Order: sequence, then structure tokens, then C-alpha cells
Amino acid sequence: MHEISLCESVLQVLEQQAITQHFKKVKIVWLEIGALSSVEPEAMRFCFDAVMENSLADNAKLEIIYIAGQAWCVSCNKNVVIEQRYDECPDCGGLQLQINNGEQMRIKELEVE
Amino acid sequence: MCTVCGCAEGETQIEHHHSHAHDGHHHDHEHSDDHIHVEGEHTHDYGQGAAHAHVAGLSQTRMVQIEQDILGKNNQYAVVNRDYFSQHGILALNLVSSPGSGKTTLLTKTIELLKDELELSVIEGDQQTTHDAERIRATGVKALQINTGKGCHLDAHMVGHAVENLKPAEQSLLMIENVGNLVCPAAFDLGEAHKVAVLSVTEGEDKPLKYPDMFHAADLMILNKVDLLPHLDFDVEQCIQYAKQVNPRIKILQLSAKTGEGMESWGQWLKASRALHLINYKTGGS
Repeated sequence: MHEISLCESVLQVLEQQAITQHFKKVKIVWLEIGALSSVEPEAMRFCFDAVMENSLADNAKLEIIYIAGQAWCVSCNKNVVIEQRYDECPDCGGLQLQINNGEQMRIKELEVE
Repeated sequence: MCTVCGCAEGETQIEHHHSHAHDGHHHDHEHSDDHIHVEGEHTHDYGQGAAHAHVAGLSQTRMVQIEQDILGKNNQYAVVNRDYFSQHGILALNLVSSPGSGKTTLLTKTIELLKDELELSVIEGDQQTTHDAERIRATGVKALQINTGKGCHLDAHMVGHAVENLKPAEQSLLMIENVGNLVCPAAFDLGEAHKVAVLSVTEGEDKPLKYPDMFHAADLMILNKVDLLPHLDFDVEQCIQYAKQVNPRIKILQLSAKTGEGMESWGQWLKASRALHLINYKTGGS
């Protein structure tokens, strides 16, 4: 979807962190992207290089940590893995699911110098 | 243009304010400095120090834990907007839909319906042109256009600036018409009380399944253009079922902004939401 804007947000965070954490160059960026986060990892990779060009993260490597979608099934009383927001419970077919993981899009850590 | 808003640096344009009632008396509106420069001091000279400090053969590479939400900055602005709306008793709604679902017509008809009872103002988001804001202003209501340029959605930062210019009245209803797009606006909190998804029956009934993030994020779905149902194969019950599948809490209203059918219920929903919103305003809670 808006992967360019997300990459620009990532760059802003890197620029702020460069000041507070005293680094000058970013070599690797680890992002946690949840399956339910509405971020397309491939589109993110596509935009990342372009957005980081001529910045402190020029030529930085992007590592995406994919987080599976997870929800609590009220009927089964346990966590189940889901791939999309409207999935049924893979075990009982119920729709009473409360999503509890896989919505995140976070910058997890950086390798810097 | 301000460089802190992520989506369209240098592209976003916010109309200058068109309210003529505000010459000179600035009351306690948001202070733009606090708002704009939350963390906006960018310096771009990182490239210079490393060569001097670097010792050959000694790597300076290290790991930095960040654990920061990518949309964290937008969310900070959204909190500022939400506080502002709350302090001024303004009910802000974020109208989202595909292009052509009839949002602007719905808004002009809503204004006709309610303008004698409460004060309204409108923020219009589109990539280009001020057509929509002009349509709203023709109804006599304050409206301001944000052109997002290349951007595909409004963000909380743009809306914060628009609110500074528009200066919605105390205890008023602020309608924010987002860029016609069922994807990106779902992720960007503007500080609104509710997202309202408008779906017209000339679209497919499976839109809630195709764009689940948006229908999941919305509190209300308006099924618009129901006057056309006799001419279409649109399955209303199936559509409602899909919407509930994606979001069991979603409320649904069926209406036709054109014929006025169902507009009464929408008016009631707006007045009830505003009344609930004003409870905190009047009691000083939050």
C-alpha cells in the first residue's frame, strides 16, 4: 500500500536515532512486519533502496522479520494461526477470533557505525 | 512545505483558510510550533565525522535496539489532534471509501440536513483540485482542501495543519473526507473519533473482504446509493455478512444521499455520537 511513506517514516526514525544514539551510518535495518499489518514486504523492499538513497542509510540492507498472524479462538480456548483478518479458526471454523499478534510494523533494531 | 510528514514531502498543499470571521482574534488554538516540530529537527551532516574517527582495521559497527512503531510519528500527531478535538468538544469523523462512492454528495446532503441544528466544517482530501472543498463551501459551511500531491492518504500531521487553518467551532462536527482509497487510509489515525467507511452499491458486495483492513478499522459502514438497488445485482445481506465477518462490531446504515432515503438515521447516528462525545467535554473528563 503506502510503502513509500512507510519507508520515509523509517528514515525519519533513523535520523532521530542517529542524533540520540550517536551513529553516523546505518548498515542493516531489521523490521518486524506482521502478516495482518497491511504491509507488503516485497513492496517495502522495492521502496526501501530508493528512499534511503543519499541518506545516512544509503545502501543499507533491509531485513524483514515476518510475524505470523495469531488470534485467540473463543470457542477452542487457544491461540490459532491465521493468514488474514477474516479467516475462520483453522480448527473449529468459528469466527469468534481476537487477533493478538501479527498486526505490528516495527523497526526492531539496527546495525550502525 | 514541512518535511516531517511522511507521505508526500513537498507535495502536500493545504489551502489557505477561507473563513472570514477570524481576522485577528486568535484564541487558544493549537500552537503550531509544538505541533509541527515534535521531533522535526533534521540534520543531514552524518557523512562527515566517520572518516576522521575511523581507525583502519577497527570496526565501529554496533547494534542499536529501537523497537519503534513505523507509524509512531503519525500516531503522535494523531494524539495531539485527538486532544485538541476533545478539549474543544469537536466530533471528528474520518470518511473513507473508494473514489466515486458518493462521499462528497453525502456530505453536502448531511450539511443540508443538520446545518440548522449544529455547526459543521469539512476537511477535504484529494490528490489534486479544490473541487470538493468548493462544493462544500457552496453549502455555506467552512471547508478546507488538502491536496496530497503524490500521496494516497491523509495523515495526522496534514490534518493538524488543516485544523489550525480551518478553526472548527467549539462543539462542532468536523468531517474529514479522506482520499478515495480503501487501502492506505486504514493505517493512518488522524485523531478522529470514528472512521466511517462509505460503500456504494455500484461496487461489489465483497469489498469488505477485498479490503478488510479498512472495514476492520471503521466503526460504521454506510451503504450508499441504495436507490439503485433495483437495477443491480448487489446482494445487501451478503455484503453486511462480509462486513461483520471482518469486523463484528461494525454498525451499518443503508441510505441514498441522492433521494434522502435513510438520511434520517444517519443524522440520528451523528447526533447521538456527538452527544456521547460531548459528555466528556461538559464534565471535563477525557
